[in-house]
Amino acid sequence: MSVEAIHFEHVVMNFGKVQALNDISLQIGQGQVVGLLGHNGAGKTTSIKIILGILRPTFGTVRVFGYDPANDVKMAALRKQMGYLPENLSFYPQLSGRETLQYFARLKGAGRQEQEQLLDEVGLLHAADRRVKTYSKGMRQRLGLAQAMLNQPKLLILDEPTVGLDPVATRDLYDKIERLKQQGTTIILCSHVLSGIEEHLDRALILSAGKILAQGSIDELRNQAQLPMTIHVRGKISNQDWLDKLSSQGVSTQRINSHQYILSAAVDRKLSLLQALAVENEIEDIEINLPTLESIYIHYNTQSLAGSDEPCKQGGNAR
Amino acid sequence: MNKVFVVAVKEFKDGLRNRWVAGITVVLALFAMAISYFGAAASGMVGFTSLSTTIVSLSSLAIFLIPLIALILAYDSIVGEEEQGTLILLLTYPLKRSELLAGKFAGHAAMMALSTLLGFGSAGILIAVFSEQVDLGELLVAYSMFIATSILLGWVFIALAYLVSVMSQEKSRASGVALLIWFAFVFVFDLLLLGLLVATGGAVGDDLFGWLLLLNPTDIFRLINLGGFEATQIQSGLASIADKQMIQPLVLWSSLLAWIVIPCLIAAWRFNKRVV
Repeated sequence: MSVEAIHFEHVVMNFGKVQALNDISLQIGQGQVVGLLGHNGAGKTTSIKIILGILRPTFGTVRVFGYDPANDVKMAALRKQMGYLPENLSFYPQLSGRETLQYFARLKGAGRQEQEQLLDEVGLLHAADRRVKTYSKGMRQRLGLAQAMLNQPKLLILDEPTVGLDPVATRDLYDKIERLKQQGTTIILCSHVLSGIEEHLDRALILSAGKILAQGSIDELRNQAQLPMTIHVRGKISNQDWLDKLSSQGVSTQRINSHQYILSAAVDRKLSLLQALAVENEIEDIEINLPTLESIYIHYNTQSLAGSDEPCKQGGNAR
Repeated sequence: MNKVFVVAVKEFKDGLRNRWVAGITVVLALFAMAISYFGAAASGMVGFTSLSTTIVSLSSLAIFLIPLIALILAYDSIVGEEEQGTLILLLTYPLKRSELLAGKFAGHAAMMALSTLLGFGSAGILIAVFSEQVDLGELLVAYSMFIATSILLGWVFIALAYLVSVMSQEKSRASGVALLIWFAFVFVFDLLLLGLLVATGGAVGDDLFGWLLLLNPTDIFRLINLGGFEATQIQSGLASIADKQMIQPLVLWSSLLAWIVIPCLIAAWRFNKRVV
């Protein structure tokens, strides 16, 4: 059995009186692509810094490929296998793209050939000799990606990788992620840009206020959240009785005009509902919208807000 | 390749590219030439006069310029990297924080040494050529010592700049503190000592006074460079009060070195504790 890529056991991180992580336990297996989702201050970056060994947790155990990342002894060997793209990376303005990558490659012990190949892969070969000062945000981001992929890391951590990327570059990035995944690379994607990311994730972790609100595959999260799908119907719903009956079956209906309706219902009723729609009415077109990662994310966050009085009270009692 | 060396080479190349090295060299050379030419103006002459006058004038110049240049050069080395987002990245690379700091110090120290050597060195050659009354052998000894201590003085303030840099959260604040440090060592310290001397009516005693001078690296620099010249006492300010018999050259040199090593060690310690 191979060792887990990342293992957190009851990890607590305090900065003075502020609790950034509140009892986080999680496991990420090797070769998984995991999305770390949450808004600013949720604990994403703190978790990442702990994985990278930049921060030492206040309490709890952290293992990365079986080793303590904050321990100096194994540090060099471990860090050679990790790639990281931080948020807000602007690099050294006076160096060219090639020189920048060269500097980081030397620190990581990566070869010359690999540098050129990576510059090519991220599409910066033509601009490699220009100073980074003249780069656009997207180009800097791509240079950051090249840097993160030096040495073919076993663990790749990307913090907001798509910020500043145009749609084509974003697609290229996701393609690259798919390829790395085939090679067995463990990838952690941190993002609050949620659309487009979901199909690439094996698992998502939703963080809020230093706690894990929910974790699982997108399908599992969708089921747990029990969010409705919406069906956009164009055509004429001629069977008024059938329409009236729907609401008693837990399907909400909304009539936009005589020609358009929106139905929303639990996801597991999809097939029966579609069948009935097609058989009993004069339908021209149907559009089904399953709950997106975005709506799942919003669901869990509003839920936690509603229940957020509870931990505050507990905190008050403890003092 | 050794990680410390990689960082040092990058810093040094940056210095060449940003024209820091060229700029410092030219400034030091021009000021040194001008000062040594007009150094005797107070006594009614211009031109390259006696060796002691030249070294005294140059020392005052070095005390004024070198700390300022070193502080400006290095104050942002950590806090600046943090603002670029590269510090956190570097810390995830296989190098220790102390190695990063050591590499940066090596790079900056090499820049400062090269500029000082070229700047003051070129002025020295000019002095040697144009001065008629100065013994070349004596000039070589005194001037080499002057350049060597100038380099060490630069390193002292690079080390202090790192201390400022690792302890600051913002670049702007770091620059402010760096300027305060310069002001404190170059002006305020001597003024306070003088005040102490006057207020106590000289009762501080030569012994204590000499040791107090060791608390200011610029005074150590002055003591080393002026120590050899009896004739310079009038012009050497506070340093002339200290009993030269008491403070041996060895003590002075090792104090100057301590002023490099100790701030570096504290900076490394603080850097390790810094939450990034």
